[in-house]
Amino acid sequence: MNFIKAIVAAGLVAASTSAFAADITGAGSTFIFPVLSKWADAYKKETTSGVNYQSIGSGAGIKQIQANTVTFGATDAPLKAEQLEKDGFAQWPMIMGAIVPVVNIDGIKPGDMVLDGDTLAKIYLGTITKWDDAAIKKLNPKLELPSAAISVVHRADGSGTTFNFTDYLAKVSADWKSKVGSGTAVEWPVGVGAKGNEGVSGNVGQAKNTIGYVEYAYAKQNKLTYTALVNKAGKTVQPATEAFQAAASNADWANAPGYYLILTDQPGDKSWPIVASTFILMHKDATDKAASQEAIKFFKFAFSKGGKMAEELDYIPMPDAVVKLIEKTWAADIKS
Amino acid sequence: MAVQSDLMEAAEPYDRAKALSAFKLGDVTFYWITRLCAISVLLILGGIIISLIVGAWPAMKEYGFAFLWTQRWAPSADPPVLGALGPIYGTLVTSFIAMLIAIPVGIGIAIFLTELCPQMLRRPIGIAIELLAGIPSIIYGMWGFFVLGPFLAYTFQPFMISLFDGVPVLGTIFGGPPSYLSLFNAALILAIMVLPFITAISVDVFKTVPPVLKEAAYGVGCTTWEVVRNVVIPYTRVGVIGGIMLALGRALGETMAVTFIIGNSFRISGSIFGPGTTISAAIASEFAESDGLHQSGLILLGLLLFVLTFFVLAAARLMLMRLEKKAGN
Repeated sequence: MNFIKAIVAAGLVAASTSAFAADITGAGSTFIFPVLSKWADAYKKETTSGVNYQSIGSGAGIKQIQANTVTFGATDAPLKAEQLEKDGFAQWPMIMGAIVPVVNIDGIKPGDMVLDGDTLAKIYLGTITKWDDAAIKKLNPKLELPSAAISVVHRADGSGTTFNFTDYLAKVSADWKSKVGSGTAVEWPVGVGAKGNEGVSGNVGQAKNTIGYVEYAYAKQNKLTYTALVNKAGKTVQPATEAFQAAASNADWANAPGYYLILTDQPGDKSWPIVASTFILMHKDATDKAASQEAIKFFKFAFSKGGKMAEELDYIPMPDAVVKLIEKTWAADIKS
Repeated sequence: MAVQSDLMEAAEPYDRAKALSAFKLGDVTFYWITRLCAISVLLILGGIIISLIVGAWPAMKEYGFAFLWTQRWAPSADPPVLGALGPIYGTLVTSFIAMLIAIPVGIGIAIFLTELCPQMLRRPIGIAIELLAGIPSIIYGMWGFFVLGPFLAYTFQPFMISLFDGVPVLGTIFGGPPSYLSLFNAALILAIMVLPFITAISVDVFKTVPPVLKEAAYGVGCTTWEVVRNVVIPYTRVGVIGGIMLALGRALGETMAVTFIIGNSFRISGSIFGPGTTISAAIASEFAESDGLHQSGLILLGLLLFVLTFFVLAAARLMLMRLEKKAGN
């Protein structure tokens, strides 16, 4: 099957690149796709060389770079250092974003409702089934909560968003960790599955008394009712760029081998608890070294000039200190 | 054409043997070309089966036959626990409900069109049915999500749930809470999708009933119902069942529309208003991000669907053969 898939992938890439031989090719995460295409547009204007990125999902992106059909892969769930070693990959974080819980309850406006990790886990475990449950009431003494059944929405497709969301729940709830665990697709105890961030936002936007989780940009664009969360420091935070940046700045990238770091449940009074990053994967010793160097040039451009574009789309750019670290990694690891 | 022009040029006295061998060459070539086409179908089919088995082998080795009756689907557990009972149940239940609705309605439309419909209406209704068949399945999915879903969740399902509340068995089947995304919603959409197949084929075969048979029946005083029941249906049984099986085949394998509205949940709930999943919906949602045993399990699901569809078609064939035998005696 891998062989067949490699051929199909090669065919796709060949078909799409034959017209523009100099294009940089990549595949993977859908999370990074909006900002990556914006960067690619700007990069094309400056240098005339384009980027051909196929947003086919993190898992598929990893397979494509393993099969050597693309120059870079992008994944929301980082590979562990051993795996990187085995495949001969270099890995680094490219961009960060936040995941927010969204609800649809009559009379409740964005940011009104406060949830904490344990309650969120209990809702997704099915132990809290009604909106007027004592645990939710305790967090929201001022809200008028209906005595309606909670209808839980989760992702049906395997996804990096799910990976980071379930990772957070596993960190804050021992029950979740032992019963469900974390991964790109897990065994959901309750709820309905929808495809993609747009599927979840569509569901929560339409149906009453629902709860779901989406990337912040989707919640914002679709005007969904996001909730505030209680973070590790015990403080209630609203989802906003400052809170996302606070979580990112507390991350200790320098001491994480292969940059393996998942940004959920980070310390800090202002930190938003569910932040995710997308990682780029490249062969350290690529067969087509010229293409590798072209890709690095593009990522350099994205780090130096892409920060503002990323913020416009509600992403969080990597801090400068981390970018310096990454540039060192490139120089040391990627053979030209 | 080439043969013809050769003949023209040969003129008299024309060489009979040469002309015949030219014909023969044409025949042989034609035979081989068609034969190659036929063989290629077998090769493709064989190739698909072999690649499915090869892909599914790790999962087959790991889970064995227990795969068929395990309900748990936990790809992220270590090691992954995969069972196909949920998707198999969802596939069978949605197809069953869909056929329950589509068969009477589809045949009803066909009877109206061929026996009772005024000429003026016949074409518009016929064209509408054909258009229904031409709508891409994703459109049905969107309609099911945005229009049918809210109607079912806020109007139809609460009514049914309160109607059967407390009744044994039915109370479970029509149990709450109401939901946008449910087995029932998917089954309704499937019913609409397969309706044109049943109707179109039934209309075609109903037209093959010799008028003299129907006229004779009317002549001895039969009502329209009796003519349909005792003349038209028995005469066209084989064709109608063929249409139904074609429709069932589509219902079993339909992917996109179902993925949109079934709720993609691997748990089996007793209620038809609860979420579920089908084999094809499970594959469509999870394949891209799967790897290792999880992916192999999904391929095994695909193989199961293949086998399931094969058995449905085989059963249909067997049924038809029996019916024909009986009719012959």
